[in-house]
Order: sequence, then C-alpha cells, then structure tokens
Amino acid sequence: MTEAANTVAQTSANGNEAPLLDVADLKKHFPISKGLLSRDKGKVYAVDGVSFHINQGETLGLVGESGCGKSTVGRTVLRLLDPTDGSIKLNGRDITHLSKTDMRPVRREMQIIFQDPYSSLNPRMTAGDIVEEMLRVHDIGTPAERKERAAELFERVGLRKAQLESFPHEFSGGQRQRIGIARALALNPKVIIGDEPVSALDVSIQAQVINLLMDLQAELNLSYLFIAHDLAVVEHISDRIAVMYLGRIVEYTDKKTLFTNPQHPYTEALLSAVPIPDPTIRRKKTILQGDVPSPIKPPPGCHFHTRCPYAEARCTVDVPQLKEYGPGHVVSCHLR
Amino acid sequence: MANIDHQAELIKAGAHVSGRWDKTMFYARRYPLGAIGAVIMVIFIFSALFADVLAPHDPLQTKASASLSAPNAEFVMGADMMGRDMLSRIIHGARISLTVGVASIMLGGFIGVLIGLMSGYLMGWFDLLMQRLIDIMQALPLLVLALVMAASLGPSLENTVFAISIPLIPNVARVVRSSTLSLREMPFVEAARAAGMSEMRVAVRHVLPNILAPLIVLFTAQLGAAILVEASLSFLGLGVPEPHPSWGRMLSESAAEYVRVAPWLVIFPGLAISMAVFGANLFGDALRDILDPRQRS
Repeated sequence: MTEAANTVAQTSANGNEAPLLDVADLKKHFPISKGLLSRDKGKVYAVDGVSFHINQGETLGLVGESGCGKSTVGRTVLRLLDPTDGSIKLNGRDITHLSKTDMRPVRREMQIIFQDPYSSLNPRMTAGDIVEEMLRVHDIGTPAERKERAAELFERVGLRKAQLESFPHEFSGGQRQRIGIARALALNPKVIIGDEPVSALDVSIQAQVINLLMDLQAELNLSYLFIAHDLAVVEHISDRIAVMYLGRIVEYTDKKTLFTNPQHPYTEALLSAVPIPDPTIRRKKTILQGDVPSPIKPPPGCHFHTRCPYAEARCTVDVPQLKEYGPGHVVSCHLR
Repeated sequence: MANIDHQAELIKAGAHVSGRWDKTMFYARRYPLGAIGAVIMVIFIFSALFADVLAPHDPLQTKASASLSAPNAEFVMGADMMGRDMLSRIIHGARISLTVGVASIMLGGFIGVLIGLMSGYLMGWFDLLMQRLIDIMQALPLLVLALVMAASLGPSLENTVFAISIPLIPNVARVVRSSTLSLREMPFVEAARAAGMSEMRVAVRHVLPNILAPLIVLFTAQLGAAILVEASLSFLGLGVPEPHPSWGRMLSESAAEYVRVAPWLVIFPGLAISMAVFGANLFGDALRDILDPRQRS
C-alpha cells in the first residue's frame, strides 16, 4: 500500500521534491471498553492504513461518506489524536511520536479549520482575542503587535477591523468561518487541514469561503488537506483527490483523472451523485443501497463488497491492495 | 518596545473608570431586579463592615427592664429576652451570617470547581475515585454532614465555615464536571489544543468561563442554604457560639419559646435572612446574564 502511494508521489507535479506532509499507513483504532473492569470489547477501526502526501502549495481533497474516518485522519495528522500505527512526516521530520512539548513548535506549522462555525469559536471571547490568543500562546510579539497582526488578518479574510471587539454570536455563519480561517492563519502555518470547512454553510457562502481559501493559498503558498463529503466542493479546490471508504483509501489520483476516468465502483457512485448543471446530459446513475457498514466489524475482504454492484466471490474474501492503474492513479479493486 | 505615553495611559485609565460607572448604570437600568438585589447586598455588606458605628446599642449589652419589650423608640426592632437590642444584634449578625455564607461558598466552591474540572478533564481513575467519594457525600443530607462535622470540630466560626463548605463540594463538583465533560469535546477547545495551549490554559481560559452561568446560579442559591444551615447548627448549639449574634440562632432560639409573646424576635431575623437570600439570588441572576456576551447587545 505504501509503495503504491509512493508511486503517486513520484508522478505528481512536484514529484522530485520531498513532500511537505507525508502520511504513511496511518491507523487509528479506538478501543471500546465497557463495564467496571474496562475490558476491551473490540475496536473501532476508524482509520485503517491510510497513506497520502501533500506537496507545498498543493491541495489534497479527502472525500468519503460520513463515518468513513476522514475527520479522524485530519485529527490524527494534527496529533489531536494519537495514531495507533503508521507515520506522519512534516517537512521530512517524523512527528508521529513527538511529546506534547515537542509538538508545540510543530503546531505553528499545521493548523485546522473546523466544520461547525458555531461551536468552533469560544463564545466568551471576542473575535480579536480568539485570533490574538494564538500568538500569545507562542509568545509572538508585544500586545500592540499582536493586535495589529489580528487586524491585518481580519482584513485579509474579509472582515472589518472594527469587528475585532465583537463576540462570535454577533457574526453570521460565513463570517464566523472567516474568523476560524484568521485564527488558523495567525501562526503562519504551512499546512491547513480543513475539516469540512464549508459543509455547514449556505451554498453562496460556500463559494465565497472556497475562493478565499484559494486566494490565500496562492498568496501564502499554503498546502491544504481539504476534507469533504461532497465531490462537487472538492472539485473546485483540489489538485489531487483521495476517496476514502470505511477507514481506507480506495482511489487516489489527480482531480482530472478522477472526474473523467474513475475506476473504483465507489468513486463512480459518488460521481453520479454530483449534479450536472445541464438537464440535457444523461448519465449512468449508480445509486448505492444501504449505509456504510460499522467500522467496529468491517466486512471481510473488500470493505465495499456489501454495497458494490459488481461484487464477485473473491471480493468477499480477499482484501484488495492499492495498485497502480495508470500514472499517478491508484485503485484498490479486484476488478481493475 | 515603544515608549509608554503616560499621559495617554492615564487618560485611558481615567476614561476606563468613568466608562465603568456608565456601564454599571446601564446594567442597573437594564436589569432592575438585579439592581435591587445589588442594593440589598450592598446594604448588608455595609452594615457588616460598619456594624460598630451603625448599631445604636451594644449587641451584647443586657437590660433586664427591657426584656421582651416590643419595638419602641429606644429599641426599634424590640429587645430579646435578655433585653438586648434586636436591631443592633441584626446589624452585627450580618457580619457573622455573611462571613459564614460567603466564606463557606468560597471555600466549598473553590474545592468543588477544582475537583470538578480535574474529574472532567483527567477522567480515568481520578474521576472514578472522586465520583464515588462524591456519591458517598451526597448520600448524606447536607445538614447531617454539617452536624457531624460541627460536632466533631467543636463550635466556632471557622469550624462552622468548614462544616458548611464541605457538604457544598459535591454539588459544585458535579455541575462543573458535567459541563467540563461536554465542553472538552467542543471544537473551540480542540482548536485551543491544536494551537499548542497547555491543558491548564485550556481549562482556565476556555472551559471555566463557559461554566460560569450554572456556577453563579448555584452559588447564589447555596448562599441562602449556607445561612440556613448555619441557623440550624446554631439552634443545636453547634454553630457560632453565644453570645455572638447570628441571625440563625436569633431566629431559632426564640422561635419555640417566644413566638407568641414577642413575634418581633422571629420576624426581624427571619426577614434579614430572607432579604439576604433574595438579594443574592436577584443579583446572581443579573450577574449571570451580564457576564454572558450572548445576552449583551
């Protein structure tokens, strides 16, 4: 799996440079303990062997249904959760097992934007305080300089300087998400993980926020891990896309290939759910039946066989490995 | 960095002071009930602080001829069995009752917040142990627990405070723990961690301010309870010892014997206790709203 992912690394645009963020065979299993003696009653295989990399200035879209482990990937990469296995390298440095203290300087390089703009801002702090606190924690600048920086960030994300003194509840959802972006930018990070940053917003606001994120990327040479459950959103912003299903990546390639030549049946189904703004175009519809199986007891063989329209006998037994289908295009499916 | 402009700083500070007064008046108009509560609290605190000056008589001075005299020009609220002036005793009693109430809430509240925050934060065995201890403490009624403690420690002001504050801990700890448990999963707490903040800072800056609302309500409600428990303890001879006037004992020691012949012995201390509790609750409710930025406009 790791090898196949590396192939993608070599064939991507900046293939000869070391990737900025390199995640290999990442696993996160949550133990389920019940009862007084805390016996292990099994595990939730939230993330089960995920590999990808992001180059400087690039956006990787990570898509999948709810419950497939994509948010857990984001949190584990940020070390908000401790990985069960695998490795996370930032700028060539292994940060998988760094202690809390050692992680502190690393946190300046990696930040996160959350899905829910309502619960991601402390209701008791002013918008300016929320942004300034990031600098205060890392002992950057004097109070006056921090204030100035917050004002500058506010203007950069499209808020007014006068709004620094306002509390989060005085802003709209889109504006709150801009505060979240300003907070993420405060420490000049290299990588920003967007955990469904536009999913909770109105469609018109979604476009504004995505455009803002893309402008910031162009200006500051940021790298994004953009997590979403909707391919239409990811299409606009991503360079490459990884499709996740039940804790594993099932297809991983550049945006154009994914949209024109999807190979995994799951990707096919996701694509057929993207609306086309042209009523004359007819396309083959693949509508998935049922829900994602429980990550506590993932189905044997290919995780997707329970819902796959093409499943064969071997799909229920053998686990398909990610293999190279074309240049920079990996798929895990027995039928390809 | 830059030179400090002292003049500007002073103006700023001065402006701040007058701004604060304006703000107070604004809130007083916005929360009239809270303002009434604040006035009541200020009157009680004032009489506690300046009891020696305000009281018309010595609260301990007995006068046999005035025994059980009804309110009159000399004794505005009447006199008790020993001919001591009720008004003076109530003014001096504010000192003891408020000290016991406020000190026991501060002590019990502080320990309760600490335990609750740590339980909600550390979880695991610490939480398990603390919660079982709190279960045990909650299984006993507050009064019984305070009674046992007061009896074993002996009657004195400090021991009364201890005896009342310790039964308060479980209530506070439970409220803080449950709020902490839900807050620690909030994305803004996660964002604070992603920024590299220490757990201590996260707890104090992000969790604690968000549990203020239930805490203030709890504290103001408990202030009344604390004054009443002190009354009960004093009634049983385990509170603040004689001859110091405490509202609770004034009320309880005369309730049974003299309520028919001299009802003022019961009415005035009772009124003082009710007013203090009432004032604290009104003020607490307004304070909760004022401290919540979502309620401001």
